[in-house]
Amino acid sequence: MNALMPDEPLLQVHNVTRYYGDRVGCSNVSFDLWPGEVLAIVGESGSGKTTLLNCLSTRLAPTAGAIEYRMRDGSMRNLYQLTEAERRLLMRTDWGFVHQNAADGLRMNVSAGANVGERLMAVGERHYGNIRSTADDWLGRVEIESDRIDDDPRSFSGGMRQRLQIARNLVTRPRLVFMDEPTGGLDVSVQARLLDLLRRLVADLGLSVVIVTHDLAVARLLSHRIMVMRQGNVIENGLTDQVLDDPREPYTQLLVSSILQV
Amino acid sequence: MPVRLYLNNVGKSFTMHLQDGTVIPVVEKVEFSVNEGECVVLGGPSGAGKSSILKMIYGNYRCDEGQILVTIGDEIINVAGAEPRQVLKLRENTIGYVSQFLRTIPRVSAEDVVAEPLIAQGASEAEGQDTARALLARLNVPERLWTLPPATFSGGEQQRVNIARGFIAHYPILLLDEPTASLDAANRAVVVRLVEEKKAKGVAMVGILHDQDVREEIADRIIDVTGFAAEVAA
Repeated sequence: MNALMPDEPLLQVHNVTRYYGDRVGCSNVSFDLWPGEVLAIVGESGSGKTTLLNCLSTRLAPTAGAIEYRMRDGSMRNLYQLTEAERRLLMRTDWGFVHQNAADGLRMNVSAGANVGERLMAVGERHYGNIRSTADDWLGRVEIESDRIDDDPRSFSGGMRQRLQIARNLVTRPRLVFMDEPTGGLDVSVQARLLDLLRRLVADLGLSVVIVTHDLAVARLLSHRIMVMRQGNVIENGLTDQVLDDPREPYTQLLVSSILQV
Repeated sequence: MPVRLYLNNVGKSFTMHLQDGTVIPVVEKVEFSVNEGECVVLGGPSGAGKSSILKMIYGNYRCDEGQILVTIGDEIINVAGAEPRQVLKLRENTIGYVSQFLRTIPRVSAEDVVAEPLIAQGASEAEGQDTARALLARLNVPERLWTLPPATFSGGEQQRVNIARGFIAHYPILLLDEPTASLDAANRAVVVRLVEEKKAKGVAMVGILHDQDVREEIADRIIDVTGFAAEVAA
């Protein structure tokens, strides 16, 4: 059975702690993320989930702890000991980051095609025709009509912008994607479409994902594993349906019992 | 007949923190085994813990005590202590679960919902869809529904979609959580035949079946779960 499973984690997180002055952002978080695994970090606002996501994605240096990542050559590297050039290359090629607010992850004043093409150019693609056709292909995969390729995202609806942001992130075939409330602020039907799209893309591309969400339904649909955070600490973690169907900690039980039934 | 599944001294309780930490004991010292090609039915009244036992075997509920041992080839895996990714791997290839409730996924058609487990085991999309359609037809799901997402189907139709999904792939161990509840006689008979076919392929099954007729037809052995009733904590 082990022969069928990758036996080396993609990301190893050791005791990551981040203080804001005296206040704790997140405290002593450790976990492994495996290739192809989708990990959801859930918890209420202020629980430290976004702090943790930012530490993992090198956007915010932890106060203590270490994060190691398996590079494409197989070597395990401490993320905060990479050179700035190495780190930027990683973020441009091997990683993606999907922001809650699409405008934070897009360039709003260039065309949809250029938003996707730009990441390709960053990895060395120079042929205009190839870039445009790849961009067009990716717009199709996120269900944006070809005739919108030259429009800039300011003219897109919220759902379209979010899909464009996803295309921009996935075009370089990253191995690890961070997502911060990717469906937050979208209305339900738009959310459902985006979730279905994400679910398919993640499975088709075999992506590893760390997704922050406060929506347990999103976690259930997308993730294999859940970490529940409260006041900066991971209080419970395990298989997604096990944590949601048989929650053990008082706070997790409260979270699960607070879901509105439709 | 080789043993496929062995529960050894399994115990489970729930602690309800929202109700002042009330501990609800469910079962204790559960011990039984299931052989290849055998269908064991869990008996006992509602609330006796039948469903909890099934869910622990599937890794859906945590197992507080004891071991749940699954034999795959010459390997033995303890579900009770397995890592999440190991449990997921088991669910892909080794342990299937047929329940009455379908968790619908937005925009995914009935035939894709049914085909998914087979494709996950490596079948081509075409093969998955053909097999899915054949099963949906056997379970009398109207053809006009196959390409629609099941969210808007009637309860009975959703249930049959879910049964098709549960039976489509081959798992050495199959858990049946009241698959025939509220089905009409014709569809019950289809489920009975599906179970017989699995038995013939050596699948070890554990089921909960309230339907007396179905139970008599498919059970090789009935285990009374009330024998595993947990002592109420003082």
